[in-house]
Amino acid sequence: MSSNKNLLETQEVKTYFILRGSMLRKRKYVRAVDSVSITVGSGETVAVVGESGCGKTTLARTILLLTHPTAGSIRFLGEEAVRSKKYYKNVQIVFQDPDSALDPTMRIEDIVAEPLMGLSELTKEEIDSKITQVMKEVGLGNDILRRVARQLSGGQKQRVNIARAIVNEPKLVILDEPTSALDASVQAQILNLLLDLQTTHGLSYLIITHNISVAEYLSDRIYVMYAGGIVEQGPTDEVIKKPRHPYTIALLSSAPIPDPKRRNLLRTEIAGEPPSAIDPPAGCRFNPRCKFAKEICHVKEPSLDPLSQHRFVACHFVSETA
Amino acid sequence: MVVQTLTEKILEVNDLSVNYESSQGTVHALDSVSVTIEPHSLTAIVGESGSGKSTLGLAIIGLLPVPPAKSIVGKVLYKGVNLLELNKEEMRRYRGTEIAMIFQEPITSLNPVYKIGTQIEEAIAIRDSRNARKSANSEHSEIKSRDKREEIIASLKMVRIPDSESVADRYPFELSGGMRQRVMIAMALAQKPSLLLADEPTTALDVTTQAEVLRLMRNLMDEVDTSILLITHDLAVASQVADRIAVMYGGQVVEEAEVNELFSQPMHPYTNGLLSCIPAGSKKKARLKPIQGNVLDLRETYNYCKFAPRCPHVMDKCWKTKPDLQTLRAEHRVACYLYE
Repeated sequence: MSSNKNLLETQEVKTYFILRGSMLRKRKYVRAVDSVSITVGSGETVAVVGESGCGKTTLARTILLLTHPTAGSIRFLGEEAVRSKKYYKNVQIVFQDPDSALDPTMRIEDIVAEPLMGLSELTKEEIDSKITQVMKEVGLGNDILRRVARQLSGGQKQRVNIARAIVNEPKLVILDEPTSALDASVQAQILNLLLDLQTTHGLSYLIITHNISVAEYLSDRIYVMYAGGIVEQGPTDEVIKKPRHPYTIALLSSAPIPDPKRRNLLRTEIAGEPPSAIDPPAGCRFNPRCKFAKEICHVKEPSLDPLSQHRFVACHFVSETA
Repeated sequence: MVVQTLTEKILEVNDLSVNYESSQGTVHALDSVSVTIEPHSLTAIVGESGSGKSTLGLAIIGLLPVPPAKSIVGKVLYKGVNLLELNKEEMRRYRGTEIAMIFQEPITSLNPVYKIGTQIEEAIAIRDSRNARKSANSEHSEIKSRDKREEIIASLKMVRIPDSESVADRYPFELSGGMRQRVMIAMALAQKPSLLLADEPTTALDVTTQAEVLRLMRNLMDEVDTSILLITHDLAVASQVADRIAVMYGGQVVEEAEVNELFSQPMHPYTNGLLSCIPAGSKKKARLKPIQGNVLDLRETYNYCKFAPRCPHVMDKCWKTKPDLQTLRAEHRVACYLYE
């Protein structure tokens, strides 16, 4: 199997949450992630884009085994992922809100050192030199090591989070909305930093974001997620240039572009909101909002079928969206 | 009584300065800001956090908390009337009726224990009672309850809420973020204001919902005949909906122009910096060029250009005096010594 080339591979991962208050006999579930298969290759940057409630953050948490999958498998370097030192040495995460991801009572030094203490067997001197090195790499001086999080700016906090994630030299870093809490000028600094670190450390990234321009900028391949499932996947430039799933088309045309001559935003034609993850509509989950929807879309769920070698779309009428 | 001067401007903010008192010293949130809003136009105020854009909105509608706001100096002329000179009672006649405001998180602006319809009814009732007072004609003020219900439904329909009959009977928590923001817009516009202030109205929303709400706001400008001041951190959003854009930095307007003009001829180095920060295309094409350095400490007083410490084109002069906002091209104002 070629799956050995993949660093990370999820196969039909489902993460359901039991709905509180539902009857034992008629258990209801929130189907946050519903049969998602994704891969991340070595050195690759993969983006999962979607709107709030589509399940992208639950997917990230499931990959990290912070939430246990209801079904399906997660494999890392061909082996079943388990909560172990080995797994967490290789897979790390940078969370969305740089503020709440940092313990307010801990000094920055201890925050960055913590993964080294837990997951490696280094001496005090080795740890110190690693910290100095990683702080330099993320563009922070040693002077902030003795401070606590509230004494730092938003951009500095996110740099600390990145330092903490990469200090143990993981192979894969999951970035959950890495810049959405930051101002535009700081976002650009962080994106550049992520690219630099990828080059120097040969990192793979899995970016979870709602921001199309960030996904387009960083990623090689993209997965578009809607209501718990993947609706389209492929090389980023192809998907952005020629989206084929009606949802991807709507999502891309809703993303504001900084050009008053191309006012896409005022012309988009998507109405309504994503469906409930408890009682998703039968058939295609996008059918209530889709202008291409016909009878079959209300009955049969479309499978993610290949359009070309690397391009997959889950739509019964993909031929009509070209 | 203030004399009503005939003016075509809806709003003219002149040299407005606002300071906040904090335990760590005085924060100069607004520093001589001047902005004008033409009738029937959408003006966007764009800036990063700490630029003073929200303070400007609150100062216009007279909702700045005092304290911490300390000195509010300058003029806010609404149809020729300086709102800063009005007392609380007089200001109340403008707030909500003439000038309305919506905020980022609609859930915090709605009362969680009242149904949507009840809350809209309140907005309509306030409008009617004010109109009645204005025209001293009480016979119209008693609107029958059936008409009221119809008006509530009509205002929900105006903001394109599907199934508006049942939405009127729901509570805020039963609606999505996009629907809540539509309800807020419906309440704000129920008063038929001439000016709607919108402070990051779509920041908490998803992109597809954001597109819908912005499109709605733009369309309602014509239907309700109102002007909008959109406060946003997102230059891309502003480019999509605004007629004019004012870029703020460190409590000052550094550049102000018609939208096409601003994007085809950005002049201030900060505006240029913001534009090159927006990722466009792939990493394979070009590295981003972020603005160097950090945001200002607004507790300091600056007698030089506030952008000088981060400016790639900084000159000796920039450290000596502060550049004024001056008109350089038609309808295009910039505060920068590069263009002297």
